[in-house]
Amino acid sequence: MSAIDPTAVEARPEGAQLKNEELRETARGEPPFAPEPILESRLQRSLREAALTAAVVAGLTLFFFAFRTDIGIGGLDLILQWPLWFVWIAIAFAARFVLSYFVYVPGRKLSDIVKRDKTATSPGAATGARWLGRAVGVVMLLIAATFPFLIETLLPSQDRYLIDLAILILTYVMLGWGLNIVVGLAGLLDLGYVAFYAVGAYSFALLATNFDLGFWVCLPMAGLFAAGWGIVLGFPVLRLRGDYLAIVTLAFGEIIRVILINWGNITGGPNGVLGIPKPTLFGLDFGRGEGSFSDFFGIPYSSIHRFIFLYYIILLLALLTNFVTLRLRKLPIGRAWEALREDEIACRALGLNTTNVKLTAFATGAMFGGFAGSFFATRQGFISPESFTFIESAIILAIVVLGGLGSQLGVVFASVVMIGGIELLRHLTILQAVFGSDFDPTQYRMLIFGLAMVGIMVWKPRGLISSRSPSAIYKEKKVIGADLVAQGEGH
Amino acid sequence: MSQTPSNLAAGPAASAAALDRWHDDPVLSVEHLTMRFGGLTAIDDLSFSVGRGDITALIGPNGAGKTTVFNCVTGFYKPTEGRIALRRGRGIADETIRDLTASGAQHGRDANGEVFLLERMSDFRITATAGVARTFQNIRLFGGMTAFENLLVAQHNVLMRASGYTIGGLLGLPGYRRAREAARERAIYWLERTRLIERADDPAADLPYGAQRRLEIARAMCTGPALLCLDEPAAGLNPRESAELNDLLKYIRAEHDVSVLLIEHDMGVVMEISDHIIVLDYGKKISDGTAEQVRTDPRVIAAYLGVDDEEVDQVEEDLDHEEDEAAARSATGGAR
Repeated sequence: MSAIDPTAVEARPEGAQLKNEELRETARGEPPFAPEPILESRLQRSLREAALTAAVVAGLTLFFFAFRTDIGIGGLDLILQWPLWFVWIAIAFAARFVLSYFVYVPGRKLSDIVKRDKTATSPGAATGARWLGRAVGVVMLLIAATFPFLIETLLPSQDRYLIDLAILILTYVMLGWGLNIVVGLAGLLDLGYVAFYAVGAYSFALLATNFDLGFWVCLPMAGLFAAGWGIVLGFPVLRLRGDYLAIVTLAFGEIIRVILINWGNITGGPNGVLGIPKPTLFGLDFGRGEGSFSDFFGIPYSSIHRFIFLYYIILLLALLTNFVTLRLRKLPIGRAWEALREDEIACRALGLNTTNVKLTAFATGAMFGGFAGSFFATRQGFISPESFTFIESAIILAIVVLGGLGSQLGVVFASVVMIGGIELLRHLTILQAVFGSDFDPTQYRMLIFGLAMVGIMVWKPRGLISSRSPSAIYKEKKVIGADLVAQGEGH
Repeated sequence: MSQTPSNLAAGPAASAAALDRWHDDPVLSVEHLTMRFGGLTAIDDLSFSVGRGDITALIGPNGAGKTTVFNCVTGFYKPTEGRIALRRGRGIADETIRDLTASGAQHGRDANGEVFLLERMSDFRITATAGVARTFQNIRLFGGMTAFENLLVAQHNVLMRASGYTIGGLLGLPGYRRAREAARERAIYWLERTRLIERADDPAADLPYGAQRRLEIARAMCTGPALLCLDEPAAGLNPRESAELNDLLKYIRAEHDVSVLLIEHDMGVVMEISDHIIVLDYGKKISDGTAEQVRTDPRVIAAYLGVDDEEVDQVEEDLDHEEDEAAARSATGGAR
């Protein structure tokens, strides 16, 4: 049709060329699309991108940072906060400049920078990583074993606070290790793990207050009760996969909490259980006077002794969890858990009763949750349903996911980062120097914490330690990259 | 066409003689198996036998229902109708099976051995107690576990019993240690057999495709099966690997007293190693016999190569006619 018209024929290539140029122009600005034509220097490009980012930030934050209204006489007072606004623009500019100049280099993919050790299957790297892992483990164990004494000598002024924090971290390490059996090894997403924590805590609290039983007698019973509830949870979710599994486990956690609130004449309802006894060391309590720890050993009484004792109890419990888990991994039951995570149908084709495999995973994980729960009860001396909300489950799961599913050492790192990190942010006075003295870091700690989580998930999507080490070796141990390991149900 | 009549005349007689071989001592007998999915009948009144120590191939065009048969035999589907009896032991009386069917139990025994009614058993129990192992059309290995670990998972039930259901294993009792060593030996044996020993410590997902197929067979063999069901073991293999697979299957049959039932599209493999071939089309058996018989069966040729509709009708009419005649002959002869 128009092809006969000579002007139209001439006009077409020009239009196409124009379009081509336009395309090239738009592509040039964004490094991922234009690796070859580097027409401007790295510095120029970085400056331009940083300026663009700063402009965007300036536009977006103008009304949030620059203007502030306060209630004044006869209406609102408008306060202008130009310096704060400029600080944020400067931060955006600097951050983008650093990213553009050092990280987003044309021709280099971001994934190359962060995923250098994707599959470390070369023997040298594997042994190196293994030695590193073992060395880190030993060092951490040594620090953990001597922690109270280190604190006593180095920071005696803050000993109580720091040992208490260490106890809290270790409780989460233990919970993380317990949940790791269910989520990391068996691959069953459990959003209601806190239920077993609650069962353990209430088992001990109720047994102790009603029947005058001590901590050491109740500890195994609490574990058994929690394991029983693990099986109770396991049955209805046997056939569930993926999201459905996650929802039902979440509901289970809530059901337990709601029962604790409403079963007032047994559990004390929202008031909780008071007067839970403290643990004793072979019958010695940690109070003052006759028959106490200080009296028996003839040392002056100090309230820190009880904290140190609690610290060693949770350390032992956590190490027991770790030891049993590592041992189970090498036994047929642990291998069956991992096989279940990899492929349930193949498991059934090999004659594995997947019902039993799942139930044992739930029960074992729940048992350790129960131990941790009864420790929590004895440490606090008081428990109420408020301590067992969904956020606890979420934090424990976040520890496991952040640490790397199935990785024992990863759970430790993640607990230290998450629990210790949140506490650390409470005391970051350095931020006040930047944002003025009325800046309260505790209000921002969840925000900073969330950003840190996002950051870790971007850089290490499979957790801090994502590789899996085989549970049985023929000749040579090779670390298996995370990309080959399945994640199981609900991820 | 001139050959067809004589072929057909010989057909029923020859197959009757040959049928005896796998009907004499079947390890698996499938009778009147029907599987319906809603309105779709995937398998329609299918009966066949798998001879003890035979390599039996189940072939047919795509969608013929081969994998459905497999899923029924291995318990992944519950058949709508029919009986699937697995006999461990030679010469088990038919009455035993009849009594067992009437009793409603899953498994029974007589002086000659044990019988399992697979259609009543759940999938994992079929592998664990009846001794049927299977592989999958789309390979299902534990990808994040090493080849060696894969073979240890396959020995789960033995190890579990030996470890005293984990308690003895946690304590490190000598009984478990012995069992663990035996399991290692067995795994190493099968890794060597399948030429995977060099890659024993590599994750299964890292192995090349052909090696993954071999590993899946090795894993199935580690469960100690009486019947090995292979779903397209040669799919995606190159000719050299196919030849290796043939050797492996022959070795398994010769050395391990295992009967093999396989689904296969690779006719090179099927024709070379199969003692007995069953051809399915649209959920029905269209041919059953030795490789030679099946190869020349006009129904098989029609199903595979496709013929014009009129021609199919023609062939089928001819065949039905011949069959009627044969049936009439045998009826008058009192052969049946």
